[in-house]
Amino acid sequence: MSLAIVVENLSKKYIIGHQKRERYTALRDVLTNGAKQVAHKLIHPFAASDSCLPYEEFWALKGINFDVKQGDRVGIIGRNGAGKSTLLKILSRITEPTTGKVSIKGRVASLLEVGTGFHPELTGRENIFLNGAILGMSRADIKKNFDEIVAFAEVEKFLDTPVKRYSSGMYVRLAFAVAAHLEPEILIVDEVLAVGDAQFQKKCLGKMQDVSTQGRTILFVSHNMGVINALCNKGILLQMGQVAACGTVASILARYMQRSTIGGGGHQFVNNKACKSGSKANVLEACVLGSKGEPSSSIFVDQHYFIQLVWRLHVRVPFLRVGIEIIDSTGVVVLSSMDTDTTDLHGKPREPGIFHETVKISSFLLMPGNYTVKVFAGIPGIERVMEIDDLLEFEVVDNHSHLSHVVGARRPGYVATPLQWEVQFEHAE
Amino acid sequence: MDHQSLLVIEAGKTERHYWMDLWRCRELFYFLAWRDILVRYKQTVIGLVWALIRPLLTMVVFVFVFSKLVKLSSEGVPYPILVFAALLPWQFFSNAFSEAGNSLISNASMISKVYFPRLVVPTSAVIVSFVDFLISGIILIGLMLWYGFAPDWRIFTLPLFTMVAFAAAMGAGLWTAALNVKYRDFRYIIPFVVQFGLYVSPVGFSSAIVPEQWRLLYSLNPMVGVIDGFRWAILGGNTQLYWPGFFLSLFLVILILTTGIYYFRKTEKTFADVI
Repeated sequence: MSLAIVVENLSKKYIIGHQKRERYTALRDVLTNGAKQVAHKLIHPFAASDSCLPYEEFWALKGINFDVKQGDRVGIIGRNGAGKSTLLKILSRITEPTTGKVSIKGRVASLLEVGTGFHPELTGRENIFLNGAILGMSRADIKKNFDEIVAFAEVEKFLDTPVKRYSSGMYVRLAFAVAAHLEPEILIVDEVLAVGDAQFQKKCLGKMQDVSTQGRTILFVSHNMGVINALCNKGILLQMGQVAACGTVASILARYMQRSTIGGGGHQFVNNKACKSGSKANVLEACVLGSKGEPSSSIFVDQHYFIQLVWRLHVRVPFLRVGIEIIDSTGVVVLSSMDTDTTDLHGKPREPGIFHETVKISSFLLMPGNYTVKVFAGIPGIERVMEIDDLLEFEVVDNHSHLSHVVGARRPGYVATPLQWEVQFEHAE
Repeated sequence: MDHQSLLVIEAGKTERHYWMDLWRCRELFYFLAWRDILVRYKQTVIGLVWALIRPLLTMVVFVFVFSKLVKLSSEGVPYPILVFAALLPWQFFSNAFSEAGNSLISNASMISKVYFPRLVVPTSAVIVSFVDFLISGIILIGLMLWYGFAPDWRIFTLPLFTMVAFAAAMGAGLWTAALNVKYRDFRYIIPFVVQFGLYVSPVGFSSAIVPEQWRLLYSLNPMVGVIDGFRWAILGGNTQLYWPGFFLSLFLVILILTTGIYYFRKTEKTFADVI
């Protein structure tokens, strides 16, 4: 297999102005700044001229090196501001690198935004042609694929309606449909699939998988690790404008998880404040721990993890119990658990002191998604002595377990446990 | 499909494939122009007729002011034809100049998300105005029929002067488009230039009324040469073209166009970063 993309020592510098808030320069400012400098020179003829520059250099990418083989499907991951978008912009030739070199073999199509150049006043039919031309299709190509595009977008009935009257779903469907029928050798896709409903996202990803099985090269940026995992075979981890790691997608994802635990997220809680007087209990520390006991905010669905809690009780309380509630991103309490469930503390009074508690959450329990943890302590039906919402946050990440037979589309439900099936089969006559 | 096409992206080295890319994007010229024309007349009742009404009414006012009120001579041709022969290139220039000057800004989202040679955008804007120009040409033919005015052989030189007008609009448009991306002040300069230019160009009157010793100076306005050329080609007969002035205008047009392309190409790379 030959190399499709070779990136050597690529850097991109931006100049950021501190003085002005506008995105663009006004001639007025240039003139007044110039006049100021002249005046400054006249008043202080011996002062250094550029003592206080209002500009600062910012390296969005610095010394990037990697290569992509033909037919590879590369997922590019990294936190916001890591340089992913800048990299894609350089690869799609929207902006020039400051230094370095990129060699690309094959026709490139990039999809940094869905529906670029769509005009709201034009009809669906007209926009298909326009958008196709902007993305680099010839008129003959568009004509050839026209019916397929329309069928994919499911807008047959509204072809001659201006797209300003489309629902946002229809708009996105049409826009993606045009892009999906580009036939490049190298496809560069930014996070464009975050739009549209789940069913359509599924369709898009299916289409992208089709493309990848045809031996085309794909570069893909997404925050959805499940999608990256399912779609890509290689990964590049960007950090602060540099390549932090590069390799198989599994290793890169693991690395990203590790990285994202450093200094990130709300998976650790340390109480620095003195407790309120009069409260009977307060949390000192709390933490989400991965399967090996390391603090972590991202957990693979096929691994177990722990929630650790250190709290102090100031007075003796009988019948006290402490528990957690795990709440999903829609606010549903998915699980609640108490320390009296599986210990012999049930029904016993507790003396003042510091409690260290750890609860193990088994693998394949929660579906992939984001969760928050609420902690509470109290005597059931009588008194709540402590209650903290959103104490911790963590994410359960789909790592291509049985849950993602259908790429990217989350299975419905709250529980991720694989169940035992028995199947008997009889031949029908 | 060329499977082995190798693309090298390096700082400051886009020149090599630029003109090839421009050729590859030739359909985009057409589509962008087509979009602008289509959008302009969507939801209008009389549609393309607008392209006729505006120059027609302007012409009527000019004829009234300069022929009836000021009583300027028309050199033996019907005054409406005299005015319209100048109005045609002037309206083409002013529309093309303002559309091209604003074209990059109004297509900002496209420029920051897709690559194509940016020259496509202002050029399509000029093409749109050129279509308007052709449509307005119908009025000229109508006027000629109405007054029973027959042009002579010189009418066949008209395409040459049209090219000069095209080059003038293109050059000025490229300059303002590129400057407009960086300095939004040019958005306000454009309408001023258009309005100012109408007064300093010989649209409502013949440039023959300008005193002889001032004619060369007057031709420093490139549109003077273009308009005089149009009159010379269309009116024929005893219309004289002041050749030194025309060549001065022509030289300026070529200068503006070449420097315009140069400056546009030079700043083009940074458009996506600053727009």
